[in-house]
Amino acid sequence: MEFSIYDLTSFTQWIDSSLRASISPGWAVAIEMIIIGLAILIFFALVGLFLVYAERKVCALMQNRLGPNRVGPAGMFQTVADLVKLLFVELVPIKNADKKLFNLAPFIVIIASIMAIGALPFAKGLHAIDLNIGVFYLMAVSSMGVIGVLLAGWSSNNKYSLIGAMRSGAQIVSYELSVGLALVTMVVLAGTMQLSEIIEAQRWGWFIFTGHIPAVIAFVIYIVAGTAETNRGPFDLAEAESELTAGYHTEYSGIKFALFFLAEYINMFIVAAIAATVFLGGWMPLHVYGWDGFNKVMDLIPPFFWFLGKSFGVVFIMMWLKWTFPRLRIDQLLTLEWKFLLPINIFNLLLMALLVLIGWHW
Amino acid sequence: MEEAVLNVPLEKEEYIINMGPQHPSTHGVLRLVVSLRGEMVLNVEPHIGYVHRGIEKMCESLTYSQIIHLTDRMDYLSAHINNEAVCLAVEKALGIEVSDRVKYIRTILSELTRIQSHQLFWATYGMDLGGLTCFFYGLRDRELVMDIFEETCGGRMIVSYNCPGGLMNDIHPNFQKRTKDFIKYFRKTLPEYDRLLTGNVIFQERVKGLGTINRDDAIAWGLTGPVGRASGFSCDIRKHNPYSAYNKVTFKEILYDEGDSFHRYKVRMDEMWESMNIIEQLIDNIPEGPYAEKMKPVIKLPEGEYWQSVETARGELGVFIVSDGNKNPVRVKFRSPNFVNLAPLNILAKGFKIADLVAINGSLDLVIPDIDR
Repeated sequence: MEFSIYDLTSFTQWIDSSLRASISPGWAVAIEMIIIGLAILIFFALVGLFLVYAERKVCALMQNRLGPNRVGPAGMFQTVADLVKLLFVELVPIKNADKKLFNLAPFIVIIASIMAIGALPFAKGLHAIDLNIGVFYLMAVSSMGVIGVLLAGWSSNNKYSLIGAMRSGAQIVSYELSVGLALVTMVVLAGTMQLSEIIEAQRWGWFIFTGHIPAVIAFVIYIVAGTAETNRGPFDLAEAESELTAGYHTEYSGIKFALFFLAEYINMFIVAAIAATVFLGGWMPLHVYGWDGFNKVMDLIPPFFWFLGKSFGVVFIMMWLKWTFPRLRIDQLLTLEWKFLLPINIFNLLLMALLVLIGWHW
Repeated sequence: MEEAVLNVPLEKEEYIINMGPQHPSTHGVLRLVVSLRGEMVLNVEPHIGYVHRGIEKMCESLTYSQIIHLTDRMDYLSAHINNEAVCLAVEKALGIEVSDRVKYIRTILSELTRIQSHQLFWATYGMDLGGLTCFFYGLRDRELVMDIFEETCGGRMIVSYNCPGGLMNDIHPNFQKRTKDFIKYFRKTLPEYDRLLTGNVIFQERVKGLGTINRDDAIAWGLTGPVGRASGFSCDIRKHNPYSAYNKVTFKEILYDEGDSFHRYKVRMDEMWESMNIIEQLIDNIPEGPYAEKMKPVIKLPEGEYWQSVETARGELGVFIVSDGNKNPVRVKFRSPNFVNLAPLNILAKGFKIADLVAINGSLDLVIPDIDR
């Protein structure tokens, strides 16, 4: 059996067939699920740790600082040390808090992001579940996290938390529309909602290049709305530390706080990964039609690294935005969505449909 | 704590939160009891006194040289100017004329103090509005001023460089060179502040037209400093009642008519340019002379009442001394600009959002130890 890092289909099929050969199909599926679950959890933790480290280094770069540089080479293990601290820190019990909901909230947030990660295509053949409504599924599960945020704000018995949660609710419900419409614009271009086919359609040019102006507009709107959906600056009203101390997670401590913290970074990664998949070709290397030598060189880089590279590129843009802009006010936030992004988005969708009808998109 | 909350008349659907005494955006231990309807601010009630140290009462049992060291601890960002105010009052009472050298050095240091105070304002105002990068840019440049202070005065923030009759010691040989280097550097860096924050669309949307107070109200509330000047109230003591070397330099008094948060911010940004102009006019011409007049070991003011006001980075600081001829004053009163500027917070913030309250409070640029004294 020969495996290639460029096409993992044979590898995953080999695991599947060898499992099915030795045990009954039902058990084989169960074991595969456990393997995938573990892989996703490990990936989840690693990306979380890396992104926290990356954010510290990026914001240090923006602010003329060095960032963490003491624990490990270039401060690499600083986030690990912080995580260990958070694991051992006391879980402060909150008086008059709604205990059940209070404990449930971080898990809802984290489960929503794990569900989204499950459907992401990481590389050719490395795709846990390739739904035929992949884009739709991602939009649906990524908006589930807001329930956790609302529960956290409500059950904490803290006024700041409640204001933060209410802001977050209004914000995510509004920006969900823009995220959805921006993706729908691209679905119109691709003609399918299945992520593997969307990527395959970008073999000879990423959608942001082949989709003309509507694709660029959709990309910008998606980045703005995606940043807002993950509650990150300049849209971090739900945890605006100068107004609401820490917003909805003010009362959380220890590992429960760590879960919220981790979920924020994973959500950022998911938003970036969707952007990379839908606009920037996912794991598909950069190809230019006719330049065979160039395409061969590009193919040398494994698809997994193309995917991660594009995702982290988008993550960098989001961090850049956060560390440069001041925060919006709640009414300006909603004005931006309902009066600007949404009408532009609808117009953009029509424009894209027109382009596809005329057949200009190739 | 409980009773203060209960004193606020409770309307239906009113939501009361305590901002402070420990809150990231009240810049110290100011406590604001805020009544909200949704996000809308209905009423703000400032509660002060969390850092009350009884400075005015302590002054009654100290000599005049000792009082100076207490004034550092009031408005710690204008430490040098506070020192100067007491020294000027004592010198006026004794009829001492200090040498031109002292006047020049005091003026230069006052303007450096003003610049570093406005730098810190810019840094924290950006942070209040969620732009955390501003904080590091502001503090990076403020560090250079602190280095100048450290070399010449010994202290960085709490300088205590003045004494009745002059200065504690002469300036460091590096002082002029360092100051000129700083001005050269800061003239290049200040436009960076504008690019990062002033010109930002989100920033302008956030602060324009926020917490407006007109000229008549500003005068009625006694607002001074950048807060008063943003409303068009010409209240610069340096201009109207010059002390030290301010009558020897030409500078513009920054005035705007709008009186909103953005123009309070703008006044401070422009004042940094003016302060640099003032320093540049003086730094090369510091005359020779004694750095302090010969004073008696124990200073006794003649019987009477003495008043001296100076322009700190936040407004008019007045020093009122009542003396009965002894080495201790009978009564000392400081008219602190922050206490007065805090007063209209309620009328400024009423009807705005809770995020605007933070922006308005930040634009008043309060230093809480100066309010409580």
